[in-house]
Amino acid sequence: MYRLGIDVGGTNTDAVIMEGRHVLSGVKASTTEDVTTGVIEALEGAIAKAGIDRSRISTVMIGTTHFTNAVIERKHINHVAAIRLGLPATACLPPMVDWPNDLAEAVGHHTYLVRGGYEFDGRAIAPLDEEELIRIAADIRLKNVKAAAITCVFSPINAEMEQRAKAVIEKHCPGLPIVVSGDIGRIGLLERESAAIMNASLLSLAAKTVDAFAKALKDAGLSCPFFITQNDGTLMAAATVRSFPVLTFASGPTNSMRGAAFLTGRKEAIVVDIGGTTSDVGALHHGFPRQAATIVDVGGVRTNFRMPDVFSIGLGGGSLVRELANGDVTVGPQSVGYRIARDALVFGGQTLTTTDIAVALGKADVGDASKVAHLDRALAEKAHARIVQMLENSVERSRVSADPIPVIAVGGGSILMPDRLGDLDVIRPENFAVANAVGAAIAQISGEVDRVFALEKGLTREICLKQAEQEATERALSAGAIAETIQVIEREDVPLAYLPGNATRIHVKVVGEMGGFHG
Amino acid sequence: MAERALKALNYDPSDLWVLDEEDLEALEIGAGILGTGGGGNPYIGKLRARLAMRSGYNLSILPLDRLADDARCISLGGIGAPVVAYERLKEGREGLRCVRALEEHLGIAIDAIVCEEIGGANSMEPLIAAAFAGLPVVDCDGMGRAFPEMQMTTFSIYGHRSTPSVMCDLHGNVVLFQHAASELWHERMARACVVSQGGASTLASAPMTGAFLKKYSIPHSYTQAVSLGRAVLKARREHADPVAAICAQENGRQVFSGKIVDLERHLRGGFVIGEAKLAGIDAFNGDTASVMIQNENLVFSRNGEVEVSVPDLIIVLDVDSGNAITTEMLRYGQRVAIVALPCHSLLRSAAALEVVGPKAFGFDDVTFRPIEGMQP
Repeated sequence: MYRLGIDVGGTNTDAVIMEGRHVLSGVKASTTEDVTTGVIEALEGAIAKAGIDRSRISTVMIGTTHFTNAVIERKHINHVAAIRLGLPATACLPPMVDWPNDLAEAVGHHTYLVRGGYEFDGRAIAPLDEEELIRIAADIRLKNVKAAAITCVFSPINAEMEQRAKAVIEKHCPGLPIVVSGDIGRIGLLERESAAIMNASLLSLAAKTVDAFAKALKDAGLSCPFFITQNDGTLMAAATVRSFPVLTFASGPTNSMRGAAFLTGRKEAIVVDIGGTTSDVGALHHGFPRQAATIVDVGGVRTNFRMPDVFSIGLGGGSLVRELANGDVTVGPQSVGYRIARDALVFGGQTLTTTDIAVALGKADVGDASKVAHLDRALAEKAHARIVQMLENSVERSRVSADPIPVIAVGGGSILMPDRLGDLDVIRPENFAVANAVGAAIAQISGEVDRVFALEKGLTREICLKQAEQEATERALSAGAIAETIQVIEREDVPLAYLPGNATRIHVKVVGEMGGFHG
Repeated sequence: MAERALKALNYDPSDLWVLDEEDLEALEIGAGILGTGGGGNPYIGKLRARLAMRSGYNLSILPLDRLADDARCISLGGIGAPVVAYERLKEGREGLRCVRALEEHLGIAIDAIVCEEIGGANSMEPLIAAAFAGLPVVDCDGMGRAFPEMQMTTFSIYGHRSTPSVMCDLHGNVVLFQHAASELWHERMARACVVSQGGASTLASAPMTGAFLKKYSIPHSYTQAVSLGRAVLKARREHADPVAAICAQENGRQVFSGKIVDLERHLRGGFVIGEAKLAGIDAFNGDTASVMIQNENLVFSRNGEVEVSVPDLIIVLDVDSGNAITTEMLRYGQRVAIVALPCHSLLRSAAALEVVGPKAFGFDDVTFRPIEGMQP
């Protein structure tokens, strides 16, 4: 049986067919505005090139940076009503207080603080102010805000007020998509709230994108199950992404890093994945993306997901190059994205991009070089210097020791990468352009248990942890994992003090290789 | 008010160090490190301090030696469980209400605010309260690190009686502790009150004189925390090892690198109590270690032997960035470096060890040995 890995980036859509550890074919296509066309083109190309029978494809895994790109570019983002339940607590810091201004503006400054919330022991800080919620609902209708995110103090311990507030807003704003923070994150109000707001801002895009994926696979005659890769490199059902697009935030970098490690066999390296719109930079340690210790920055916002320690900069093959009145040259963060094949100068378009600079300086051979022959050499040199400087800065930021470890360049935009970066060698593996799709195709399947256990009647913490681990393992197995590859990647217990029954919240996550990986 | 103004001018305004946003960034890192796992994450406090700064308030530090001997100073800090402070953010003016209530009760005007605990969020709390009150914060503190209980300040250890004191919560409750029979009683009553107020409140203690502070406070705490933060930022910029930079700056030692393999935490009476177990990596491959926690990291053992104990500082750092990891942010699988720093000599006297030594935390079989005497 074969596996089809697809990566949908801002600029390119890549597909690979894998059989066991072998990459049978890898094909790049342009991402299209409807998403579907690009996916079909890439997967048809990969199937044809591998010369396989499509009915023998057992699983499709899709990775996408669509949602991260939306946040980074501040595009396709809905206005969100950020509703916090907690007054008089939390008045000292409003929602989004630590966001970059332009992102806060993109979701609108619709922040509402409402009386309510819980103390750590489950008492209410104040009764939920439902009348205020009704006034907020009216304001949401008036301002035509497209989604709401509700965050209640201590909702990970008691979800009730968030649910109640959701019901009130729903009643007065029928059809409004509403995210509650307890579904997204854990304790840590600002980070959980920020994640919920970002999630809400992406819901329309999520629905559109998942529909497009489903349509593409259907049109291609593929009826096998399809999964979407999430932050930790494991798979989730496509339907889950509709409600939780933020869970895919780091999947692009995770896939490209796991793909880079897989393709080069290198265990210690810095991976730079240059796409069309952004570059993701992170470090490989023992062949896995280094995990961030605590807080992860997404588009300038702190979140408390468990994610690889990867950050994005607004530099890709489609990044806009502009000359300012004072002669300075800027690169990105705006990008022509998937329109590169139409808009870049070398493809006959009207927009100067980083790809045009690489072609003009003879560093890449794409499109029609004569279309950039007229470019001012000094301008091109300036832009190139700026690109190299951006790459050097980002690699330096990821580097945690003076050891000269290699830089692995992957992704379609890696034509922008010089052969050496500072004192570091650059490696470009075979199939470098489709490392993301390879990473998706080798993604693991997870099993997770997250619930409250009562430590009584002889049940100890150890017994409960063990029980949770077994349940999580069973879930992973039934989802298709191979038993001997299963390992625990998260094990956490948070005691809920002063609740009857000595309650503790246990969270265990296991991962394993998808069946057929060794096949 | 005229008398107040004269009193306040016991120092020259030009002596004041007015913090800027870069100082705050460095303080966040330095105070996080000195928090030894506790004291709460200074990030929230930093945001509040920055918001105050951006709203036009001055956050200023007065050098200890510029403080008049008869100046009246009150120490102030947040009290409670870090995990609560991280989730149930404050209303914002709890500290200011404490200062005003204490002034009103005592019928005096306060000259400066003092930090109880430089480690963690309590480095920020006095700055915020002082900014709103229009007062400076003295460059010193009562711990030189973080400790879980109030009587564990050099102020209390060396004879200051911390009542009358005032505790304020975010609901508007103002509690006056008129008199406590001992510092321990004050702690017990305050703790019970914190739990009833939801697990995180602000407390201001009875005034101290400038003369007392010059003798019995841990000096230069803000200077130290900001310098420590700057050393980490510099190491990061230069790709030097931030863990080594911290050791060099503070005469400390890296005692372990490892991965967290088990983690047990309970909330009891507003404290986080527990243990983190680690498996060694790099130079410590094959070793095991454990850190015992009571809000802060208290005892570090390697291969079953105690190597570092309170009051010396046991700091758990992200192995790569040098960021301090607070006990509530510890996670299974994290890769960490453990660094030991020597505490101030005021914390090592026999009188101090009775209050802040291992036995004070129930480690009856552990004898404090200064890390300077450790075999490398």
